[in-house]
Amino acid sequence: MKVAARPKCLTQQQFSYCPGCTHGIGTRLVAEALDELGVIENTVGVLAVGCSVMLYKFIDCDFIQAPHGRAPAVATGVKRALPQQTVFAYQGDGDLAAIGTAEIVHAAARGEKITIFFVNNAIYGMTGGQMAPTTVEGQVTTTTPTGRDPALAGYPIQMAEMLATLEGSAYIARVALNNPKNVRQAKRAVQRAFEVQQAGLGFSLVELISTCPTNWGAKPVEALSLIEEQMLPTYPLGEFKLPEGMKAVVR
Amino acid sequence: MREDKVVEKVLMKGNEALAEGALAAGCRYFFGYPITPQNELPAYLAKRLPENGGVFLQAESEIGAINMVFGAASTGERVMTSSSGPGISLKQEGISYIAGSEVPCVIVNIMRGGPGLGGIQPSQADYFQATRGGGHGDYRTLVLAPASVQELYDLTILAFDLADKYQNPSMVLGDGVLGQMMEPVLLKPAPKTELPEKTWAVRGKGSGEAKLITSLYLEPECLEVHNLKLSRKYESMAGEARWEEYLTEDAELILVAYGTMARVVKGAVRRARELGLKVGLVRPITLYPFPEEPLLKLGKQATAFLCVEMSMGQMVDDVKIAVAGRAPVFFYGRAGGIFPTTAKLVEEIEKAMAEAQEARK
Repeated sequence: MKVAARPKCLTQQQFSYCPGCTHGIGTRLVAEALDELGVIENTVGVLAVGCSVMLYKFIDCDFIQAPHGRAPAVATGVKRALPQQTVFAYQGDGDLAAIGTAEIVHAAARGEKITIFFVNNAIYGMTGGQMAPTTVEGQVTTTTPTGRDPALAGYPIQMAEMLATLEGSAYIARVALNNPKNVRQAKRAVQRAFEVQQAGLGFSLVELISTCPTNWGAKPVEALSLIEEQMLPTYPLGEFKLPEGMKAVVR
Repeated sequence: MREDKVVEKVLMKGNEALAEGALAAGCRYFFGYPITPQNELPAYLAKRLPENGGVFLQAESEIGAINMVFGAASTGERVMTSSSGPGISLKQEGISYIAGSEVPCVIVNIMRGGPGLGGIQPSQADYFQATRGGGHGDYRTLVLAPASVQELYDLTILAFDLADKYQNPSMVLGDGVLGQMMEPVLLKPAPKTELPEKTWAVRGKGSGEAKLITSLYLEPECLEVHNLKLSRKYESMAGEARWEEYLTEDAELILVAYGTMARVVKGAVRRARELGLKVGLVRPITLYPFPEEPLLKLGKQATAFLCVEMSMGQMVDDVKIAVAGRAPVFFYGRAGGIFPTTAKLVEEIEKAMAEAQEARK
């Protein structure tokens, strides 16, 4: 029995993410879900700014590259023009939780039938390791050299919990990509988010807690433990909003 | 026998005529955010678009609105947004991406006075912003400047056709007076124009190859190739320049004005003619591409030019470039929403003519 294979909609392009970065797992999960739902031909993806912009090289579907933080607005425009198509965006934490807070909050509030994958690695990767809105307390970054001090730099934002309070949100989950159990849960959440869109139930988002070994200054395996030790206390896993009748799969 | 009513002439507010022009052009998607003095336009479309199977959506911000335009227009549909100065400033990031990604759409700016919050009275202070690109990077938008309610209708249709023809954003640049005033309009059906097929549109790849709409070119060589391609496209737009000439044939002084100001100037030209002064008017209808041809030609015949604007002097730079030193170019402008009187303009005309004569001694 074949237990694993390369998703059909992944291109032959080798991932260009840094060693140990879990973007690769996130990308693969999105590709698997698109394959399993059989919608790749009817999908438009929206690319954000930062490491996540590379996605178009790896997933073989139509894409639009949006300005920093604006992917949910671009996706809204696509979905309004093509309500039958599957529309998703893949955003990082700086993109979604700092510069793009207005766009994400209002896309959710409107109940836009789009799916957002939110890769939260608590740091700006592409620009070289600055403090992100999701950087945890005490975390050292190039712009918080002595560790994030809430008195000076504020507190990390829990986007999943915040967006779950909005009526327009139909499915909001937070998963982590640091171990096989969590990846399996993440796979189900990614699939569910697309299904909720297909069913026209409203806005769906999956926050993927990820590593950034390069900018965390950690070895790949250490980075996986750092998720457990440093991130999950601030970012608990779970499904914060579920359509009625749907049982939780993330614990 | 009753004639078939094919063309309807109705009394309409400028902002509404513009909206009807968009509908006639086949625009079915509008994304906007409230700002004075263009509010009638979205309000009108909020009613008319759903009646025509379209979508009206009020965004959370101008930034949200222009990016919704980017998304919807990327699918190949005809899409519009409208705003006024402060809102257009917010849209500039998106406009730069749309121009860089070569996606057609129409942006309306019903100008008000600035800088900053400025005021809500009519103005032409966004000329630089409209004609120089406005956002970051090396790009241009096609800019059309209506001067009547009829032109708000006609030029909006043209704006969609030009946008599609050049795969580029185009802008309808009006002012608060035009948007608010009422005039009779012929709601002519949009002309049938041969336009390139939108093979670039992203609608899901279907059985074809996946497509990418992007303004990202990380390799220096690739970005330069892209910049060169865009630059050649902007040069190829030169033939789209449109203008109106009024009493220029024997004119010694050529006035240059656009939009509502051109209407005031026309009155002053008539008054000056009654006084025996040989003056005429060139009214640019496109601001980008700027109609250099008539100004260059008239530069040989005229002794001077007088540019009149509702700003502290912006189009005057383009007039100087076009005239290329053949004659002195004078400027007169009012701001804050204030229009000069005919008498004041005649005084400026006389002053310019005297100064030009003095300069030639």
